[in-house]
Amino acid sequence: MARFLNRDGARAAVLLSPAYLWLTAAIFLPLSAMLYFSLLSDVPFGGAEWNYTSENYRAFFQTGTYATLLWKSLKLGLTVTLICVLIGFPCAYVLAKVIRGRSREALFLLIILPFWSNSLVRIFSWAIVLRGNGVLDLALNAILPFDVRLGLMFTPSAVVIGLVHSYLPYVILTTYLALQAIDDNLIDAARSMGAKKRTILWRLILPLSLPGLLAGAVLVFVPVVGSFMEPRILGGRFGTYYGTVIEDQFVAVFNWPLGAALSFILLAVVLVILAVFSPILRKAQT
Amino acid sequence: MTHLKPTVFASVLALVATGAVADEIRVLNWQGYGTDLDWAVAEFTEATGHTVVHEYFNSEQEMLTKLRTNPGAYDVVLINAAFTPQAQEEGLIGPIDAGLVSNIGDVAPDFLSNAALNAGGELHGVPWTWGLTSFAINTSSVSEAPTSIKVMWDEAYKGRVSIRDDALESVQLAALATGQDINNIEDLDAVKTALADLMPQIRTFWGSENDWNQFMAAGELDMATFWSGSAARSQASGLPVQFVVPEEGAIGWLDGLSIPATSESKEAAHAFIDWMIDPDFYVRWDAEGAPASANSAAAAALSEDAFNRKVLGDPEVAALVQFQEPVSDETREKYLALWQELKAAQ
Repeated sequence: MARFLNRDGARAAVLLSPAYLWLTAAIFLPLSAMLYFSLLSDVPFGGAEWNYTSENYRAFFQTGTYATLLWKSLKLGLTVTLICVLIGFPCAYVLAKVIRGRSREALFLLIILPFWSNSLVRIFSWAIVLRGNGVLDLALNAILPFDVRLGLMFTPSAVVIGLVHSYLPYVILTTYLALQAIDDNLIDAARSMGAKKRTILWRLILPLSLPGLLAGAVLVFVPVVGSFMEPRILGGRFGTYYGTVIEDQFVAVFNWPLGAALSFILLAVVLVILAVFSPILRKAQT
Repeated sequence: MTHLKPTVFASVLALVATGAVADEIRVLNWQGYGTDLDWAVAEFTEATGHTVVHEYFNSEQEMLTKLRTNPGAYDVVLINAAFTPQAQEEGLIGPIDAGLVSNIGDVAPDFLSNAALNAGGELHGVPWTWGLTSFAINTSSVSEAPTSIKVMWDEAYKGRVSIRDDALESVQLAALATGQDINNIEDLDAVKTALADLMPQIRTFWGSENDWNQFMAAGELDMATFWSGSAARSQASGLPVQFVVPEEGAIGWLDGLSIPATSESKEAAHAFIDWMIDPDFYVRWDAEGAPASANSAAAAALSEDAFNRKVLGDPEVAALVQFQEPVSDETREKYLALWQELKAAQ
C-alpha cells in the first residue's frame, strides 16, 4: 500500500513540477528579490554602501502622503470595479442568454478586440478622444446646436474612463462563463411557477452567476489599485496615485528599496481586503 | 596550402592594427541630446575610425546607477555639473587629460574653472553645453511676451499652465518666484505656499521634451516651464513658442562630458569629446536647435540673430541667471517629500 502511495506521490510530483517550477521562476523569485530590496538602505549595486533596515516600511507611516495616496487608489479601484460590474453584467447577460448564433460570435470578438492592442496605444487613443477640441468635443459640437466643452481630459473622470475601458472585458468574460453555465430549464421552471422577471434575476440568475461576477471584480480591483500608466497620461495634475509614486521610486528617483517596500504594503493591504471578503467569495462559490 | 599563409598573416595583422587604432566607444547620454546626431557620428567615424554606440538614461539617478553597475561599459558620459562632484567622489569618473582635447583652449574660462566640474581638484568634465530652465509661451494664444514669472500664477491662464514633474525644478522655480536664492532656499514655507497656489493653474505635468511639444501643438497649454535648448529645438521645428527669461531670473545649468574611470578606450573618448566641443559641429547642431555652447569660439561662430547668441549671449540675461549648484541628498529628499505631498493633495 505504502509503495502505491509513494508511486502516486512521485507521479504527482512529476506531473506538477512544471507548474511549480513556473510559479517559482515567475512569481516566487521576483517577489523574493523585491522583498530583499525592500529591506535594504540603498540599492546594492557597484560601490554603494548598504545595510539591512526597516526604514523603508517606516517611511510609509512617517508622512501622511503615502496613506492619502493609498486611500485615493483604493477609492479609484472601487469606483472602477463598480462601474465595470454595472456595465459588464448586463452585457454578459445579453451575450449569454439573449443573443444566439453568429451575432454572438461577432459581439464576442468585439469585446476581446481591445485586448489585442497594446494598452499604451489604447490610453493614447483615449487622450485623443477626450482632449479639448478632441474627437468627442468635435463630434458633440457637430450634433448639438450649442457649444459644448466637456473638458474631460486631465481629470479624475478621464482616468476612470480609461481604466473601465481597459478592464471591462475581464468582468464580461468571467460573468459570461458563469451565466452560460446556468441551465435554461431552471429559468423556464421558475417562470412556469409564476416568478416575475425581477424575482428570477435576484433569486436565481444573480446568485448563480455571482462567482463569475466576483472573480471578474477581483481581477479588476487588484490591478487598478496599483495602476500608474492610465493616471499619469489621462489624469494630469490629478494623476498622482499610489501606483505612480511606486513607479517614480523605480524610474525617476531610483530609490528601489522604498519602491519595493511601498509595493509590499500595497500587496498586504490588498490581501487584507481579499481576506475580509473571502467568506463572501467562498459562499458564492458553493 | 602554403600560399594561404601570407594572406592569413596579413589579415591578422590588419585586425590587430585596426584594433589598436579604431575603438568602439560607448556614450551614455539623454536621448536626442547632440552626441547621437547621425551625421555627427558618421563624420566622427570617418575622420578617426572610431565607432560610436549610444545608451540612454532618463534621470541623473539612472545615469549614476548605470555607471555604478556597469564598470567598463561606458567611455563618455554626459553629467550635469550639479552631479559631477558626486560621481567624482564615488570614483565613477576619471580626470580629463586636457592635452588630448585640442579645442579646450576655446572653452570659456568661467566654465573651465567651474568648481563642480573641477571636483577633487582636477578637471573631471569638459564643459559642453549650458542653458536655462525658465518657461516658454505659446505665441498663438499669448500675444505679448510676459516679463515676470508671476504670469504663471495669473488667473487668466488657469488650467493652461504646465511644469515638469520634477521636485528640484519645481522648488527652484518657486524659489525664483518668491525672490530667493535657488541654491540656498531659506523660506521653504513660502516655496510650498507658492507651489500650492500654482497647482490649480496646472493642466498637466510634462515629462519629456516630446510630451511638451505634443501638448503645445495640440493647443492644450498657454505656457510651460522649459529648457532653453529644447525651446530652440521646438521653434526650429515650427511650433509657435517663445522662450521667456523673466525679470526674477532663470535657473542655469551646465552639462559636462566626462570619462568613466573604468573606460578602456580613454584616448578615443577624448577624441570624441574634442569633436563634440568643436565649433564646426556646434554651429550645425545649433541650426537644428541646441543649448548654448560652453565653447566661446563656437558661440561666436553663430549668426548674429541666433537665439543662443542673441538671448543667451546678452549680458543682461547673463546677469539674471542663477547657476544650479550641487544639491545634497538630504535637501533633495526634503524637496521630494514636499513635492509629493503637494501632488498627493490634488
